[in-house]
Amino acid sequence: MLLRGAQIVIECLLEQGVRDVFGYPGGAVLGIYEALHEYAGRIRHTLMTHEQHAAHAADGYARASGKTGVCLATSGPGATNLLTGLSAAYMDSSPVVAITGNVAKAQIGTDSFQEIDIYGVSMPVTKHNFIVGDIRELADTIRQAFFIAASGRPGPVLVDIPQDIAAAKAEFSPKAPKAPVRRLLADALDFAGAAFLIEESQRPLLLLGGGAAHSGAEAAATALAQKLGAPIIQTLMATGCCDASPQFAGLAGVYGTPGANALLEQCDLLIAVGTRFSDRTIPRPKALARRAKVLHIDIDPAEINKNLSADLALMGDAREILEHLLPLCPAKASGLSFSPKTQASGLGGQGLTPEFLLQTLSALAGSEQIYTTEVGQHQIWAAKHLEISGHQRFLTSGGLGAMGFGLGAAIGAARASGRRIVNISGDGSFLMNMAELSTAAYYNLPIIEVVLDNRSLGMVRQLQKNAHLHFSQVDFSRGVDYPALARAFGIPGFAAKTRHEAEQALAQALALGGPALIACQIAKNQLA
Amino acid sequence: MGNMERRYVLSVLVQNNSGVLARVSGLFGRRGYNISSLTVGETINRRYSRMTIELYGNEATLEQIKKQLGKLVEVEKIAEIEQGSAVFRELMLVKVHAEAGSRAGIIELCNVFHAKIADLSPTTATIEATNKSETNNALLNLLEEYGIIEIARTGIAGLQRGERHLALDNREEHEEN
Repeated sequence: MLLRGAQIVIECLLEQGVRDVFGYPGGAVLGIYEALHEYAGRIRHTLMTHEQHAAHAADGYARASGKTGVCLATSGPGATNLLTGLSAAYMDSSPVVAITGNVAKAQIGTDSFQEIDIYGVSMPVTKHNFIVGDIRELADTIRQAFFIAASGRPGPVLVDIPQDIAAAKAEFSPKAPKAPVRRLLADALDFAGAAFLIEESQRPLLLLGGGAAHSGAEAAATALAQKLGAPIIQTLMATGCCDASPQFAGLAGVYGTPGANALLEQCDLLIAVGTRFSDRTIPRPKALARRAKVLHIDIDPAEINKNLSADLALMGDAREILEHLLPLCPAKASGLSFSPKTQASGLGGQGLTPEFLLQTLSALAGSEQIYTTEVGQHQIWAAKHLEISGHQRFLTSGGLGAMGFGLGAAIGAARASGRRIVNISGDGSFLMNMAELSTAAYYNLPIIEVVLDNRSLGMVRQLQKNAHLHFSQVDFSRGVDYPALARAFGIPGFAAKTRHEAEQALAQALALGGPALIACQIAKNQLA
Repeated sequence: MGNMERRYVLSVLVQNNSGVLARVSGLFGRRGYNISSLTVGETINRRYSRMTIELYGNEATLEQIKKQLGKLVEVEKIAEIEQGSAVFRELMLVKVHAEAGSRAGIIELCNVFHAKIADLSPTTATIEATNKSETNNALLNLLEEYGIIEIARTGIAGLQRGERHLALDNREEHEEN
């Protein structure tokens, strides 16, 4: 059938099974928005307040569903606003397809209105990107973008479409989507070597990263850990993956628990699954590699020997590899002693503490709860003190550490799952993205925003304190009435200064199902 | 893994798209890899180009560079080509002062180095030399006494000797997309 480029874009999205798009219109995407209007009912567009959050929403959609998320923006500022969101998806290997409009081909290179070389600018923060130069290539380019985004190590792919291409007509014939490829590169010899390393070890330890969570490796990891009698520790990106496993021993890394980090010191074999040994998890990789042998499981060959030299690598999908490995490994009892619950416990002192708040929230949240976070102290507290089990999920910006991630991601996750989302925020992050409360309100999304208000930019304050510096520009005592702001956006707002108030507010907000906001006043001095 | 820094040459087949050069050079810049020269030109199949990349680093860096290049969607094939088993050539143009008295000496040097005089003016000569980079360096040293005005070097192009070559064995897979 003969279709306009813009219609071909929507047809290709439908072909890929896309039902949700997060975006913001503009002059260079008029054609695409016209097509969205024509296809209303078959594809749902969520109108955000800022393109950055549209990209975070697509990312959150992908993380919550495992399917590729889609965001849409106009040329120039619309496209550049996507970049932080795409960077977050890139750093955390999340499959996103971003579609941007651009000025007409004849105007490209003339510095015309809202013209930016987004193809050039987005190159370092995307897995791949395209600018469509010919209407006949449009459909296959979009198909290829979806294939690349979800194959191997996932990541964001941007497709830039000049206005005249969206307006031009071409024959379109539907094609079945091509299934993403996740190749198993490890062979029998690699597996035999891995089994030997495990057999020789006295104190094996499993470290799970985002790749383990992405591939759904929690059951396989628990089975292997149980067979080896070994503990499991996790990076921030794997939070929620094996928290409920009897083998679970905590969060590793700079903000990790002492128990988990002690295991990293004591192990003689580290079985690292879907992690790139980021500096936040393993600050001194060379020292670790000297102490212990490392078996590195990852789908991206470039991660092997990048930050840490592995003794052996198994390349492929984390779950598939762990399932292959399990029957080859001898049952044993790791010499590492751990208590299954070395996550920080206790209520962290008197009054309304993050510990109390997050434990109370955990007790009230059901088995289907999805948590998102912004970035800062509240993020670390959430990773450590929420008790995540069953189908519950925890979505956070681990690699980029982008303040402003959470609420957009919550909107995406809500659209993907229909489940209730609790976004854990701080006062700093909230003031970066609060306009999206209007999106949550307008679409009546089941999102509960919990603001841990310590009237300071707490994580930076903590870094300054630890480095014996002055508290420079981290005081955030602005007297903002957060519940009143929520009401201004048309959603209920609760304030909690005491444990009792927090318990009541949480119970009420969770019962409402959202959208709602709870501002919790916590102490300024607590460290994460 | 060896920590010795040395010269490596990579021959890389890439899809002949606009932007592929920016993508490859951007990768080197972003990750702090040290390129000493990069040449690019179409292959016999115009859909693909060959890049010859000369770089300095240790074995660990080389491994990372190969893997990171391998992740680029438009990169089809990467091979390290080694000094002993490959032909390397570089074109160099050198403009020197060449008043009447010094021309004979310049021409003699050109003969020794299989170089040509590409342009001659009453006061200058432009010399064209196609050699291994090391040989071009030697010629350059000898030309210095005449006074070098400017130089243009292409960087090296290289091919493996004998029947060894980079075949596009997975081309179908990409065409199908």
